[in-house]
Amino acid sequence: MFVSDFDIRNSKLLPSVGDIENPEYRISTHMIGTLDPKIPPGPLAQKWRSHRDHLRLVSPNNRRKAEIIVVGSGLAGGSAAATLGELGYRVKCFCFQDSPRRAHSIAAQGGINAAKNYQNDGDSVYRLFYDTIKGGDFRSREANVYRLAEIANNIIDQCVAQGVPFAREYSGYLANRSFGGAQVSRTFYARGQTGQQLLLGCYQALCRQIAAGTVRMFPQTEMLDLVITDGQAKGIITRSLLSGKIDRHAADAVVLATGGYGNVYYLSTNARGSNVTAPYRAYKRGALFANPSFTQIHPTCIPVSGEHQSKLTLMSESLRNDGRVWVPTRKEDREKAPGEIPEADRDYYLERKYPAYGNLSPRDISSRAAKEVCDEGRGVGPGGRGVYLDFADAIKRLGEGTIRERYGNLFEVYEKITGEDAYKVPMRIYPAVHYTMGGLWVDYDLMSNVPGLFVIGEANFSDHGANRLGASALMQGLADGYFILPNTLPNYLVGQMGKRPSPDSSEFREGEEAVRGRIEKLLSASGTRSLDSFHRELGLLLWDKCGMSRSEKGLREALRKIPELREQFWRDVRVPGDDEDFNQSLERAGRVADFLEFAELMCMDALDRDESAGAHFREEHQTPDGEALRDDENHAAVFAWEFQGDDKPPKLHREPLHFETVHLAQRSYK
Amino acid sequence: MNFRLRIWRQPNAKSPGKLVDYEVRDISPNTSFLEMLDILNENLLRGGEEPIAFDSDCREGICGTCSLTINGEAHGPDHPGAVCELYMRKFRDDATITVEPFRVGAFPVVKDLVIDRSALDRIVQAGGFISARAGSAPEANSIPVPKHDADLAMEAAACIGCGACAAACPNGSAMLFTSAKVSHLALLPQGHPERESRVLKMVQVMDAEGFGNCTNTYECEAVCPAEISASFIAKLNREYARAQFRQRIGE
Amino acid sequence: MIVAVTGIILIVFVIGHLLGNLQIFVGPDWINGYSQHLRDLGPLLWAIRLFLLATVLVHICVTIQLAMENRSARPEPYMDKRYVKATFASRHMVMSGLIVFAFIAYHLAHFTFRKTDPRFALLKPDPFGHYDVYSMMVYGFQNYFVSGFYVLGLFLLALHLSHGSSSFLQSLGFNDKKLNPRLALGGRIFAWLIFAGYTSIPVAILLGLIKPAQQL
Repeated sequence: MFVSDFDIRNSKLLPSVGDIENPEYRISTHMIGTLDPKIPPGPLAQKWRSHRDHLRLVSPNNRRKAEIIVVGSGLAGGSAAATLGELGYRVKCFCFQDSPRRAHSIAAQGGINAAKNYQNDGDSVYRLFYDTIKGGDFRSREANVYRLAEIANNIIDQCVAQGVPFAREYSGYLANRSFGGAQVSRTFYARGQTGQQLLLGCYQALCRQIAAGTVRMFPQTEMLDLVITDGQAKGIITRSLLSGKIDRHAADAVVLATGGYGNVYYLSTNARGSNVTAPYRAYKRGALFANPSFTQIHPTCIPVSGEHQSKLTLMSESLRNDGRVWVPTRKEDREKAPGEIPEADRDYYLERKYPAYGNLSPRDISSRAAKEVCDEGRGVGPGGRGVYLDFADAIKRLGEGTIRERYGNLFEVYEKITGEDAYKVPMRIYPAVHYTMGGLWVDYDLMSNVPGLFVIGEANFSDHGANRLGASALMQGLADGYFILPNTLPNYLVGQMGKRPSPDSSEFREGEEAVRGRIEKLLSASGTRSLDSFHRELGLLLWDKCGMSRSEKGLREALRKIPELREQFWRDVRVPGDDEDFNQSLERAGRVADFLEFAELMCMDALDRDESAGAHFREEHQTPDGEALRDDENHAAVFAWEFQGDDKPPKLHREPLHFETVHLAQRSYK
Repeated sequence: MNFRLRIWRQPNAKSPGKLVDYEVRDISPNTSFLEMLDILNENLLRGGEEPIAFDSDCREGICGTCSLTINGEAHGPDHPGAVCELYMRKFRDDATITVEPFRVGAFPVVKDLVIDRSALDRIVQAGGFISARAGSAPEANSIPVPKHDADLAMEAAACIGCGACAAACPNGSAMLFTSAKVSHLALLPQGHPERESRVLKMVQVMDAEGFGNCTNTYECEAVCPAEISASFIAKLNREYARAQFRQRIGE
Repeated sequence: MIVAVTGIILIVFVIGHLLGNLQIFVGPDWINGYSQHLRDLGPLLWAIRLFLLATVLVHICVTIQLAMENRSARPEPYMDKRYVKATFASRHMVMSGLIVFAFIAYHLAHFTFRKTDPRFALLKPDPFGHYDVYSMMVYGFQNYFVSGFYVLGLFLLALHLSHGSSSFLQSLGFNDKKLNPRLALGGRIFAWLIFAGYTSIPVAILLGLIKPAQQL
């Protein structure tokens, strides 16, 4: 297997993976060059500002000549397309949904962080930066995270100007609430629908540009391949989901904003359509995939109820502000109705184990704690896979009306799904796959190692390290799209004017042929099993072996089973219909096929990262009281994987992480 | 639970469609309606038949993708809520359930139960936005907004854009959808500079898309999964009258 | 908007007409005086009649045009359609409206132009040449079929108004979330009061509570 041996003290980027014996790689300047994160010099707080001062610009008359492809129309893609359009670039924006307004960012509930310090509770850009980097268990870049914290304030300004109806106080000023992993109240929210409102703001901005003719929208169009000419990303191959038509699109730069790959687990809080195809195809064309095993398991979801369940529903983390998490102290009580268990027999385990943060402990810690008590046999509900989230105390303290006002819609959702009234009986929750911190590797300018290929939002790996704090996904997506990419992308374009290839060039034709070949292969598989059955099997395997906790043994087992399952898939899957029509089975087939390959990469990454960090919990590496134990000496690095061919294992590159400002400490929320 | 299903099958927009009978057996009451259709599709696949095309994405009632008329009601009998939030426990065992697409001329059928709702996007493109250039925004707290107005704007903004309002309306009118966006933006001070042109353009495009007229039956608000109140239609009428008046009278 | 404004005018007329007619319960002198009063307006009365006629025609033409648009907004009807909130009245405004229009035509022929009932010609004016509207109404309504048709027409009018009399406020923009249910209820109460008011006349006549002022 892969040897994870490298020299962290050497600040140069060193490949590993089997090549460790090959001394040539150790000194390969080419490798170092391609993985340079290009962090600007200067003090942390000045980096972004001074970097912006030195980025090259494209003049307005030249912007009209530049064509930019944006794949994805969620918070990151939508805001990027709208902003680039507004600047005068010609933008083509693609989404698989029937409208850009339906991108999955819409489902984010809780809120968006910003260090406005409106509450006068001591918040600052530095604190938001520190909380985020600490929440990520010190596996993200200082410079990126600091920039994110800085820009967060502009995002709130921008969204308010767009008409996002954030919650307000009676004074008319903006309201805040607190969220996991922070001791200040800095989260802005719009009921439990913050993602929806931010996305609609961005969708409306996009609509304005569509009407103005600067952005051309291609809904129900899926990117199936990336086209690289002369080493630069210059276009994509798409398939219209409506007509099956394959198209080639050439551009001066390509931006991927295609979200996360949580659906590799089959059951997740992601939308049914969310998939890894676009970034995975880019990976197969040479883009590096970073930290693929870093997946966030959200602690507050509605537990699984049956075999045919198609998705898991999140209950916003904000519920943990007022809800108290507990399980019975004794196993024997788990069948009892919650009301019959006296206070003395309840174990408020988060408050017990993490008194400082209590129910607001970060997501990875809360999720693992829930798994732990359920593994001990104290879980509640069907299958013993659930813990209580109890609002009785909050209702007593604040009255039912206040709770209804704060979380009314969440309580309604809960009742719809479970048929239970959470005002009367405690909610049952259990962790579920929610967000993927991993993604395509990008430098400080959000450009991947393939020049001209930019990756933003959840699709890149950049800002959340090994665990994302609540209310920071929306922040990152919008920071990338509204403020970072529109500044950094022109810097790339300057040298590229007039170099857009023709979509009839050989690279495009080759790309199209590859896409057609895959589709034919999928349709010609004449087996008997349904797509879902393969996807479910893969999901269960990953959840078990590469989920909330991972072990070397389990990961090796998964790495053995995934190729078997993949082989079975190609032998035994059945994809009905043809490719010249609206064919939902075919759409999904391509995505499942990519998940089946991608899952292997996740497990390799999880195996190679021989430490515990944030959401990545390796059973071999824990403190005596069961907390994640990092190995900063050997693993304070980004793991970025390079595709080497279908029959060869990928090559691992490491980008060491340097911490100049923060002190690497064991995360303590006690 | 067992169900008899009568489902609309239509190969594409040009060919005629018809209701086809199916049966599903041993469905758990905790199965969602869409999961029941997933199960039916798996059965069809096993039997060598083409699965039924239907749209869904988030499956938690927020993206607005799912769009079925079940037993004559947009999003089915469990209001308020989208189809994806409908659970089989809401039906009687052995019930016969009719499933049709949202039927409005402006939403042509793509295939089976899938429709094209791009008309709604075009209404928003006509003016459903505030032209705030990224980077030009003032400090967020510099313009206080009364809580009542902000809350009301949020109520309107909660629209998920599913089109059930038009699907349920006896006249196929998209007034509730349009009024929600017009009201959301008109209620906030940030939306005032474009207030008149917005409502005039959006209504013009709404009519041009071929939606029907509002006759105040309030069927729309009864089926709206986001519980948008039809009082926003009154607000739209008010905004429209105001805009026409101001346009005719001048400044 | 046009429908709402013309609707308001017609509602005002319906109220005024009812108040006028209810004078039958006070006695022949009142209602005959009232009718003479109207007639004394001379050309103004005709102006009002023409105005009302124009209003009705505009109201009908615009709604029919809208209804045609509405119909074409859903070219393929539902195989199965259930309504959750839309009332029967609200969904059948065109039908109820057209029947009411037919009823109005008959009503005008009956009492205004007096073409349907030959007995009306036999009624003698009073010494001042004033027409005996009171007796005409009584004789007119003594016929069960005529009264039945009136009640039916009024029923449809009430149905029409039960939606229309609150709906116009919504169309004009005078409505909000709290007001709406109250307005809807108010509209329904108003419509059925109108119905009760108008039908009380033929009912009273048929029950013999009101007798003609002169014998034929």
